[in-house]
Amino acid sequence: MKFTKLMTSVAVAAGLFAGPAAADDMRIALVVKALGIGFFEAAAEGAEEAAKEIGGVEIIYTGPTDTTAEGQIEVINSLIAQKVDAIAVSANDTDALVPTLKKAMQRGITVVSWDSGVAEDGRQAHLNPSSNALIGNMIIKLAADHLPDGGEVAVLSATTTSTNQNIWIEEMNKVMGNYAGIEVVSTVYGDDLADKSYREATGLMQSHPELDAIIAPTSVGIVAAAQAVADAGKIGQVNVTGLGLPSEMAGAIESGASKSFAIWNPIDLGYSATMLAHQLATEAATAGPGAEISIGRMGTITLDDTNAAAMADPFVYDSSNIDDFKEIF
Amino acid sequence: MSHLKSREAILFGAILCLLFVVATRFPAFVAPGNLVAVFTDTSPLMILAMGQMAVILTRCIDLSVAANLALTGMVCAMINVAAPDLPVAVILAVSLAMGAMLGAINGILVWKLSIPPIVVTLGTMTIFRGIIFLLTEGKWINAHEMSPQFTGFPRADVLGMPVLGWIAVLVSIVMLVVMARTTLGRSIYAVGGNPHAAVYTGIDVGKTQFAAFVISGMLAGLTGYLWVARYSVAYVDIAGGFELDVVAACVIGGVSIAGGAGTVVGTLLGALFLGVVKNALPVVDISPFWQLAISGAAIIIAVAFNAQSGRSKGRVILKSAEHAQ
Repeated sequence: MKFTKLMTSVAVAAGLFAGPAAADDMRIALVVKALGIGFFEAAAEGAEEAAKEIGGVEIIYTGPTDTTAEGQIEVINSLIAQKVDAIAVSANDTDALVPTLKKAMQRGITVVSWDSGVAEDGRQAHLNPSSNALIGNMIIKLAADHLPDGGEVAVLSATTTSTNQNIWIEEMNKVMGNYAGIEVVSTVYGDDLADKSYREATGLMQSHPELDAIIAPTSVGIVAAAQAVADAGKIGQVNVTGLGLPSEMAGAIESGASKSFAIWNPIDLGYSATMLAHQLATEAATAGPGAEISIGRMGTITLDDTNAAAMADPFVYDSSNIDDFKEIF
Repeated sequence: MSHLKSREAILFGAILCLLFVVATRFPAFVAPGNLVAVFTDTSPLMILAMGQMAVILTRCIDLSVAANLALTGMVCAMINVAAPDLPVAVILAVSLAMGAMLGAINGILVWKLSIPPIVVTLGTMTIFRGIIFLLTEGKWINAHEMSPQFTGFPRADVLGMPVLGWIAVLVSIVMLVVMARTTLGRSIYAVGGNPHAAVYTGIDVGKTQFAAFVISGMLAGLTGYLWVARYSVAYVDIAGGFELDVVAACVIGGVSIAGGAGTVVGTLLGALFLGVVKNALPVVDISPFWQLAISGAAIIIAVAFNAQSGRSKGRVILKSAEHAQ
């Protein structure tokens, strides 16, 4: 059913694509934290991709010049004046945008947030790039994929009190049973400081000579651990993986210290946010707890009790795609 | 002089004890190769502590060293990105000059405006970090953007030790000579020991403090390049909070916060003590929740030891009275 709908929209898209956007196109505004940020430029690229796929949709990519809530409120007010059909926003502030977005919804504009959400009152649905459970599973999967015969892995986290990292590690431990032969020998904390993370990674390699992988679900830690592995001459022996940004990890992928790592894909995120906004704006789907909404090539998302949903597994970056993304974010 | 020597002997003994205790739990820690690695890892701390010592000796304090390090390191990285073929020698010169300039800003404010050093350097600490943000808009400079010779220099192996370690050795020797054998070095002690007496002997207190800040800044700048090259990454928060480690190294090494007392060798040992603790904690398998407490306790114990051994016995004025008791 959903699939046929998608096919029709693709067919319509093919038909409409020939001419320039008509005046009665549906206009979806993609409001970002600030213009000129690689991550959001890539998200806009994804939004354009979705617009092409749907057809009859015009994307207005906009945002303030600096990452302030005030700037976004101004931008959103002008979008309301332009009577756009939908607004998909990555918010600079959870609460500050709510009154303006409420006003937009009162005028019949569909409002969704993505990436960085706004409070429940200020949007119809929120799209998270991923979920804690998916991230927890992904970080151990990244290590296990390169260890078919099992092996020893260690976790290099941020601080002992970092909420995100602790939740991800907890979620990781829940699914350890699915990865036979993989043993987590130690969890250490680099406090998100390059020097401490480097030292902890070096310590891990010393106290566990058989160590096969270091999982660092933090961008500072993963870079420092990759450097420590390279300096210890253990490239090929110890694989550094976890969550990092392509621009920061390009060197580690090139040197081989890291075979792969994961983080959201901004193109997919922009694509999915547009799809979600379109589905709600055309009333092809209704936002509500438990609602299943199709988001094109990214599959289907399910809204939870707060009308929020997780898009997908974190996207895996390795030597095959790092060059395409390292300039983006 | 003799009691200062013994203070350093106690600290040296403490380091040996620490190494022994660590070795019982993790023997590979005391392998020569690993000791060299620990020394190299501690080098940035040693270099910064040398500069901080000069500042503390003049009754000042420099809290901006880590921010200076981060700013100079970032500028070096940006220069490297813009001109990857620039020789490392030029980068080194830039780092020293820029660090010295940032140190001079602290020095001028303390010297000419007589603002308390802790206030000045608290201010510049934030300003320097803010400038990095302005320069980069919070973006990182990453390993693949830096040239191989830029990141390779500190880790190049010379006679079994990376260049980073040798730079710490070189800086220590220079500081040893400066503090013991030059007018500037002796003035630094004089200014901290008794500023009023120093004035009467013709020493300009403000100018000497200025010089100490320049030395501290210069060494922080040098460390900035070395740090960025070693960890192959530059961003706003690098070495966050490191200034406290530097001050701790000085205090553990017996540099008196009240100025005037302290030695190069003591400071080096203080830095090494901290370095050994930092490097040992990850391998001795202690819960990370305890590590912070253990680091802190080690600092307090070391300082308590120092205070005890450094306590003046009081001058005996009446020999006969003492005998009578």
